[in-house]
Amino acid sequence: MRTPDLIRFARDAATGNPLRSGLLVLAMAIGVAAVVILTALGDGARRYVMNEFSSLGSNLVIVLPGRSQTGGFNPGNAITSTPRDLTVDDAQALLRAPAVKNVAPLAVGTSEISVGGRLREVMIAGTTAEYTQVRKLELAQGRFLASGDWRRGASEAVIGAKVRTEMFGNAPALGQLVRVGDRRFRIVGVLATSGQGLSLNTDELVFVPVSLAQAMFNSNTLFRILIEATGRETIEPAKAQVTEIIKLRHEGEEDVTVITQDAVLATFDKLLGTLTLAVAGIAAISLAVAGILVMNVMLVSVTQRTGEIGLLKALGATGATIRNSFLTEAAMLSLAGAALGYLLGQAGAALIRHLYPTFPAFPPDWAVLAGLFTALFTGILFGVLPARRAARLEPVQALSKR
Amino acid sequence: MTIPSLISLSGIERVFQLGDSEVHALRTLNLSIAAGEYVAVMGPSGSGKSTLLNLLGLLDRPDAGTYRLEGKDVTTLSPEEQARVRSERIGFVFQSFHLVPRLTAAENIALPMTLAGIAPAERSKRVEQALKDYGLANRADHRPDQLSGGQRQRVAIARATIMQPAVILADEPTGNLDRATGEEVMHLLEGLNAQGVTLIVVTHDGALGSRAQRQLLMEDGSLKSDSVAG
Ligand SMILES: Nc1ncnc2c1ncn2[C@@H]1O[C@H](COP(=O)(O)OP(=O)(O)OP(=O)(O)O)[C@@H](O)[C@H]1O
Ligand SMILES: [Mg+2]
Repeated sequence: MRTPDLIRFARDAATGNPLRSGLLVLAMAIGVAAVVILTALGDGARRYVMNEFSSLGSNLVIVLPGRSQTGGFNPGNAITSTPRDLTVDDAQALLRAPAVKNVAPLAVGTSEISVGGRLREVMIAGTTAEYTQVRKLELAQGRFLASGDWRRGASEAVIGAKVRTEMFGNAPALGQLVRVGDRRFRIVGVLATSGQGLSLNTDELVFVPVSLAQAMFNSNTLFRILIEATGRETIEPAKAQVTEIIKLRHEGEEDVTVITQDAVLATFDKLLGTLTLAVAGIAAISLAVAGILVMNVMLVSVTQRTGEIGLLKALGATGATIRNSFLTEAAMLSLAGAALGYLLGQAGAALIRHLYPTFPAFPPDWAVLAGLFTALFTGILFGVLPARRAARLEPVQALSKR
Repeated sequence: MTIPSLISLSGIERVFQLGDSEVHALRTLNLSIAAGEYVAVMGPSGSGKSTLLNLLGLLDRPDAGTYRLEGKDVTTLSPEEQARVRSERIGFVFQSFHLVPRLTAAENIALPMTLAGIAPAERSKRVEQALKDYGLANRADHRPDQLSGGQRQRVAIARATIMQPAVILADEPTGNLDRATGEEVMHLLEGLNAQGVTLIVVTHDGALGSRAQRQLLMEDGSLKSDSVAG
């Protein structure tokens, strides 16, 4: 039998029983749509988290005091139980590293902010002008902390968006004097709303020069040193150089942890990628179920069409022709189901994106391809048994059975 | 016997197993039919007529004996080779027409050629001719359920002859038709025989049977009489 004839014959056979074919197409479509939508959700979650972390700033390297425990047993660590503090001098020394573009020290503590009789507990972040570059912060009004000597800062403060509304309401905040702890600061800038849930929320922070913050907290330690590497490819060199410089300054002891955003990102990427894969696997089960349905429906079809198979054999059809026609039918129905499921899935993903505009629910290409391929594969695989059964029918028995 | 026979059966047996009992549908049957003959197979119900016809059409295999078609032993052929013989040498006409309901008259007629992989151009040429020959020209696009019984059987005959077979096997071709229509169908079949096609017809109807040159009378799986009308 010629291929176009085979296809037409299978198509006519499929459309000859719309209910049966429709059911089969629907089952396949649900399977494929499930794969598309679920992987869109999984991959959307991955992208969402990636975006959140990327907005922390690009090429970010972070120095934390203390050795992370993941380094394994280190006799040096065992002796010095308390690591040396990170200081502003440490931070400044890091500027020597060639792979480092910007350095921003960060000291953190809580204090009270008051203005016009309103009082509120806030997080105080002591840093320097470089912080905006490193963290890619945007200001809604005014400017960030002035650059200059890190050890001497002017009594200026930059407040987060939420602090602004809580302390000032609709009144202008820029240029106002506020009391933080026992000091007075002039507000020189207001940060734009970040609206991020995952990172340290800058909306609720009050930024002051690092020297004043340390004086306020009566300590000269830093919470973090944030570093911007000169480029994406220098993140690793920057990490090595930073570690080396701190080690030298801390009498040869590596008592800090240097993490890169890439490492954090990679971990999340892997984690959520695995999640997507797992979700895709679960969705694939529905494809297997659809495959079994294909088999069932095709077996019923063989039984129903026994007389026709006998006739075709009487008219000279070989077993191979019969088998191919049933396989073609199964493949065509699966393909139609896969195509329909693809459209349904994409529509579903588009609907999710419409309802949650910040959530990038795009199905990954690999999942779509795998879903379509699996649909076709299971359709044909589960079509083989019925097709072979049809091909093996004895013509005379097939003919007499009606 | 100078003319080599088209069909030659020797020692054919067909036994059906029904639970514990065996049914001898055909017992040591010897038969030879020459090319171009017109044979009627008659006999009471259950005497093995259909079984014989199925064997001749390679739809069934004998349990013993050999069947030579055009001098070639066809009982030992593989299923695929038998399919090829059915396709090229044998045409079937059934009592209940056996048309594919979703295909049009033209498509039903073309079916053996489609299955054989004949090119569409050649197919439509032959189908067009057949539709004309069998008075179905204005029924080409009708489906079987839109045709009368006689028209359906004409489609079936057109289908049986479209591959230009050497032999046409008809199992009670008029069984589902009224007398006049049955007559018409028999005329068509006899016309084919007149053109040289071997015709083997199973029938209950003695009147129809007596129109054949040769009558085979079956009884209980054996050939009871083999008479050539003179
Ligand atoms: N598939 C089968 N299984 C078991 N027995 C069968 C089978 N086919 C035919 N037989 C038996 O073989 C015998 C001959 O059957 P066959 O159909 O050839 O009769 P027939 O002469 O065509 O009868 P009718 O005139 O009623 O069509 C019958 O006894 C029948 O019951
Ligand atoms: Mg019969």
